[in-house]
Amino acid sequence: MGRLKQRATGWLRFGLITLSMCLFLGKVTESQTPVTLTVATVNNGDMTIMQRLSKVFEQQHPGIRLDWVVLEENILREKTTTDAATHGGQYDVVTIGPLEAPVWGQRGWLLPLDSRLSPAYELNDLLKPIRDGASFDGKLYALPFYAESSLTYYRKDLFARAGLVMPAQPTYSDIARFARLLNDPAQNMYGLCLRGKPGWGENMAFISTMVNTFGGRWYDEDWRPQLTSKPWHTAASLYVDLLRRYGPPGSSSNGFNESLTLFENGRCALWIDATVAAGSLFDSKESNVAGSVGFAPAPIGTTPRGTQWLWFWGLAIPAASKHADAAATFIEWATSKQYIDLVAKTSGLASVPPGTRRSTYEQPKYLAAAPFAALTYQAIMAADPLHPTQEPVPYTGVQIVVMPSFPTIGNQVGQLLAAALVGDLTVDEALGQAQAATERVDRRMGVGSNK
Amino acid sequence: MTPIELRRKTLFTLLGWAVALLLSFPLLWMVLTSFKSEAAAIARVPHLFFHPTLESFRVVQEQSNYLRFAWNSIVVSLGSTLLALLFAIPSAYTMAFSPTRRTRGTLLWMLSTKMMPSVGVLVPIYLIFRDTGLLDTRTGLLVVDAVGNLPIVIWMLYTFFKEVPREVLEAGRMDGAGPVREIYNLLLPLSLPGIVSTSLLATILAWNEAFWSLTLTAAKAAPLTAFIASFSSPQGLFYAKLSAASTMAIAPILVLGWVSQRQLVRGLTFGAVK
Repeated sequence: MGRLKQRATGWLRFGLITLSMCLFLGKVTESQTPVTLTVATVNNGDMTIMQRLSKVFEQQHPGIRLDWVVLEENILREKTTTDAATHGGQYDVVTIGPLEAPVWGQRGWLLPLDSRLSPAYELNDLLKPIRDGASFDGKLYALPFYAESSLTYYRKDLFARAGLVMPAQPTYSDIARFARLLNDPAQNMYGLCLRGKPGWGENMAFISTMVNTFGGRWYDEDWRPQLTSKPWHTAASLYVDLLRRYGPPGSSSNGFNESLTLFENGRCALWIDATVAAGSLFDSKESNVAGSVGFAPAPIGTTPRGTQWLWFWGLAIPAASKHADAAATFIEWATSKQYIDLVAKTSGLASVPPGTRRSTYEQPKYLAAAPFAALTYQAIMAADPLHPTQEPVPYTGVQIVVMPSFPTIGNQVGQLLAAALVGDLTVDEALGQAQAATERVDRRMGVGSNK
Repeated sequence: MTPIELRRKTLFTLLGWAVALLLSFPLLWMVLTSFKSEAAAIARVPHLFFHPTLESFRVVQEQSNYLRFAWNSIVVSLGSTLLALLFAIPSAYTMAFSPTRRTRGTLLWMLSTKMMPSVGVLVPIYLIFRDTGLLDTRTGLLVVDAVGNLPIVIWMLYTFFKEVPREVLEAGRMDGAGPVREIYNLLLPLSLPGIVSTSLLATILAWNEAFWSLTLTAAKAAPLTAFIASFSSPQGLFYAKLSAASTMAIAPILVLGWVSQRQLVRGLTFGAVK
């Protein structure tokens, strides 16, 4: 018993000491240097470069230190939304997209930035569609870091061999014809790759632009969902038909990454997706088809309006930030012309964050280094988040509807259309259920009632 | 050993190996993937033989400070376990040795708190943390993890304490020991294997806890779960990097489990044969 007692005493003592140490250490770390900014950002290539180059910023501003929280997009969104909504003040800089910037700005979760910027920032150099997407009521709530639109990618070698010519502005009937002629499953070559993985940022990003270009819209002016309208039916039927006939097997699980891999491995003759893919497709280290990639604008249906999507990542300052001035200094630096030059110098011209500043596209060197740059610029400039559709709508956003409940609706509709793609539902059934689901969410969230 | 016995034994051994392989295969695959290049990791037909590379580990280490995340995980999981034990030992003692009519109900009620999805209390807890300055602190996360694991710790200790003969404690009481002495000098030494295995389980649960550690921490107190979360990405290839990060994240707890597996098994089977 004596030994046991001794052992127990030892354990208890060890436990108490460790516990007090843990509590102490937990407390001690809260002390910090005068200004430490906590920056929350997504983990894609451009942001990784920013994180690396931020050492230059710290050297230039010895009074400011940066603490990075780099996370996967969806986790980041959950964290920053919780923090912004409760004014938690955990972050001084958050990375947000066109869905958050206007909504959060409207609710007072973000600081307006126009008055905080120095004249040297050249606000007017920012591309108008992007600036519009980051604003609410004329006030800018996020500084765009990089932006993207969509393009049609195709294999020039296959087109030449089949004697086909990609028109300067393809239509969906062109795409359907090319896909039919180039589809050769026996050789592991598929006519057309598209996003099929359900999600508001996956298949719905593409399908929404298709609906736009066939003259459709998510809501009419009175906030009535339009998912059973003719344009939705035309677009969804064509989407399902194209992918079933000419798409690779298992299309419903292909998102951006999977499609990119398929195209790079020479499995797709055509692919309509984000402009940001171009950099990787042209890089012979990553892509097996680097020498034969052609590109054209996103195809149109019955109207050119809304066929190119528009997405950006921007840096914003939550209203609860305790170091707003230092945060403004940092985001101004990270989205400035000087930063773009710095990236060009350290990582090469083709790696500069695209799509935000006119001056980037006025550099002949950049246009030469990135053959896709001119078309990317045109696509972004053609997108109009304020008037995304042929018929008038009460919302803004091209492939998204800028409102808090859109991710919920987009995900549900995306799942139903994926079910139509695999044949579990007919297109009519999927759209009928999508309409009902949208109405249900709208009722719950009060969409339209206070607009 | 007769031939039939031998055959039976071989069969069971093979079956045991098969089950073990099946259970550990995902882990093994993750470790293998962490040594592949990104292109090999995503290959449609997976390669069993490939040129191993440490590239992913290099990138992971370059992009984030592993040691800081690991230290946070160690402090939070050990700290929360000790805090939970501090509360759980007296409560389990009371319920095991002085049960009342409502003890059973209390135990079930405690367990029922685990049935509520964490997100249900996210906003209240977040607001409390904001107002008490506990956001992004290890102390805060440690307390939440401890409270979250408390029902399980109490339940386990309760079952272990039930195995301790009441007479031993009564004898101590006859000799003049108060409740504190009774716990400290008699109960704890007698149920040490149980306490050790409970602590191990609580540590593992706290180590793996992702929901609270992701929402309540940002840069300073983020543990390894946040470290892993920064390596999956909707753009670009990430399987190898994610596997490397996961391998690094589970390594410490795997080593702890390995070292203490004897106690763990002893604790888990403690009182199983009666």
